[in-house]
Amino acid sequence: MRWARENLFRSWPETIATLLLLSLLWKTIPPFIDWAFLDAVWKPDSKACRASEGACWGFVVEKHRFILFGTYPYELHWRPALATLILIGLWVFSAFRAFWKSWLVAVWAVGLAVIGILMWGGVFGLRYVENERWGGLILTLLLTTFGIAAAFPLGILLALGRRSDMPVIRALSVGYIELIRGVPLISLLFMASVMLPLFLPSGVTIDKLLRAQIAIILFAAAYLAEVIRGGLQAIPKGQYDAAHALALPFWRRTYLIILPQALRIAVPALVNNFIALFKDTSLVLIIGLFDLLSTVKISLNEPAWTGFGVEAYLIASLIYFVFCAAMSSYSKSFEVRR
Amino acid sequence: MLVAWFLISNTMANLEERRIASGFGFLGRESGFEIGETVFMRYNASDSYARALLVGLTNTLAVSIIGVVIATLLGTFIGLFRLSRNFLLRNAAAAYVEFMRNVPLLVQLFFWYAVITEGMPGPREALSPLPGIFISNRGIFFPTFSGVPELQGFNFAGGGAISPEFAALLIGLSTYTAAFIAEIVRAGVLAVHRGQTEAAQALGLTRAQTTRLIVLPQALRVIVPPLTSQYLNLTKNSSLAVAIGYPDLVSIANTTMNQTGQAIEGIAIIMAVYLTISLSISAFMNWYNARIAFR
Repeated sequence: MRWARENLFRSWPETIATLLLLSLLWKTIPPFIDWAFLDAVWKPDSKACRASEGACWGFVVEKHRFILFGTYPYELHWRPALATLILIGLWVFSAFRAFWKSWLVAVWAVGLAVIGILMWGGVFGLRYVENERWGGLILTLLLTTFGIAAAFPLGILLALGRRSDMPVIRALSVGYIELIRGVPLISLLFMASVMLPLFLPSGVTIDKLLRAQIAIILFAAAYLAEVIRGGLQAIPKGQYDAAHALALPFWRRTYLIILPQALRIAVPALVNNFIALFKDTSLVLIIGLFDLLSTVKISLNEPAWTGFGVEAYLIASLIYFVFCAAMSSYSKSFEVRR
Repeated sequence: MLVAWFLISNTMANLEERRIASGFGFLGRESGFEIGETVFMRYNASDSYARALLVGLTNTLAVSIIGVVIATLLGTFIGLFRLSRNFLLRNAAAAYVEFMRNVPLLVQLFFWYAVITEGMPGPREALSPLPGIFISNRGIFFPTFSGVPELQGFNFAGGGAISPEFAALLIGLSTYTAAFIAEIVRAGVLAVHRGQTEAAQALGLTRAQTTRLIVLPQALRVIVPPLTSQYLNLTKNSSLAVAIGYPDLVSIANTTMNQTGQAIEGIAIIMAVYLTISLSISAFMNWYNARIAFR
């Protein structure tokens, strides 16, 4: 009672706010529960769905394999499933501070090799599956992972370039970072999908997935560069002076003294950047790749299941939310520690 | 240098092979496609590509400017609610921010578009929250000085109309950006020293007065720089319109590229326009920031 008086009804305006909010919740939550659970249809039967007032989760039950794995051969779905689990496992493993050692790179190399073998096949008696047929959750995760992995060194170089004493290198870095940050990701994806083929000698083709991946890497590098620059600026000036005093050459100075500190400071911001990149991979839908959002959208095209977009996109939101919320609570754990 | 020469010579050879003339000459030609909705400008299929792209640009600007206004208002309130003493208000605002920030904007746009086109009734059973205003799966219709919407055949005619695409894009962009603005506002308010609030209360100001007269003006100095980048993000994100069929600049440039094959020019136009918008917004914000900074 005392808690309610202090936290809900302290003054007249607050009482009014509480009552308004309560009535809003009362008007929305029970109908939502009716729609989402009590009246919902769980059987994969589109006729029953259309007859019902509630949500049609039967759609998800029917289409979950396509949503998760895209057009990957049906009987081989265990391969992308296992690859997804390994990739998530690698990320979770890398989240622990205790494992931030140089052998972590080797763990990743082995993990990614296993994922590559699982996805492509062609060895150890696994059937070959061309990457045009990859899709769903694993594609989203792979685009993010390789986007970050390749953009990271590029971002470090750009950040160092922006703080360089050499005017040409500085101007090039600033120009690149500001150009990429000034235009939407879609324009880069369009560029990769229409213009890259024009740049290459005739006869050389480069597949759609790789083109989108290149656009994502170029985009992510500019944003990572700014975050890393923030980390570089946050190091006390004494560290730079001390590194100089040890007479170390530039690259050893950077690699041994500056970067380890700068990256540690930048971790929360880096994780936030990873979240943004993970969300942004959904844009590859626009140039026709089958990522998680695409497979959700395509499964709505079948005549039996058109018109269940609200349910479908709620499920898509939920999947993205789980990944992003996990990453963001991880990033917050760093703030608490300080 | 060698790399640049290699790329350029490849490109020239490829363009020759595909018989694509480079240059911006195509802009004067007749476009031959219709645009679903326009603001300010009249347009029809016999107009030039240049005019079509200009219509696209006005559509981008329209949704961005309205979106920025709504997102700022909504974001400020939610940011302040997050700091409220009221348990319910504080947690509702926190849940909003947490959910919005962790779901991709494109998913949210598709969701709103589905809600409008699938969840709303047809024009004959349109919802009418206020007399003269109708909400249906064909869009939102409202009276203007020139007329009042009336049901004619399968749709409404007369008065003003907001298409489902525009509505979905506007709702999606402004509710998504509002979550980010709320966090910026919250951080800005928290950055104001506690002593300021205590001093204001010692002067006998009410809580509302303290927020409005003492805290917000000081918080603004912290808020403005990150707010600028959110406005830029909103403008850039409006390019996702292409996915739900709102004719913004990117969507029209895309149609133009598909019809003429002028991919390089089309992408150059998109990038040049967005760069101009980005640089002008940051120039304006720098000027504003210098004006409100401590002197």
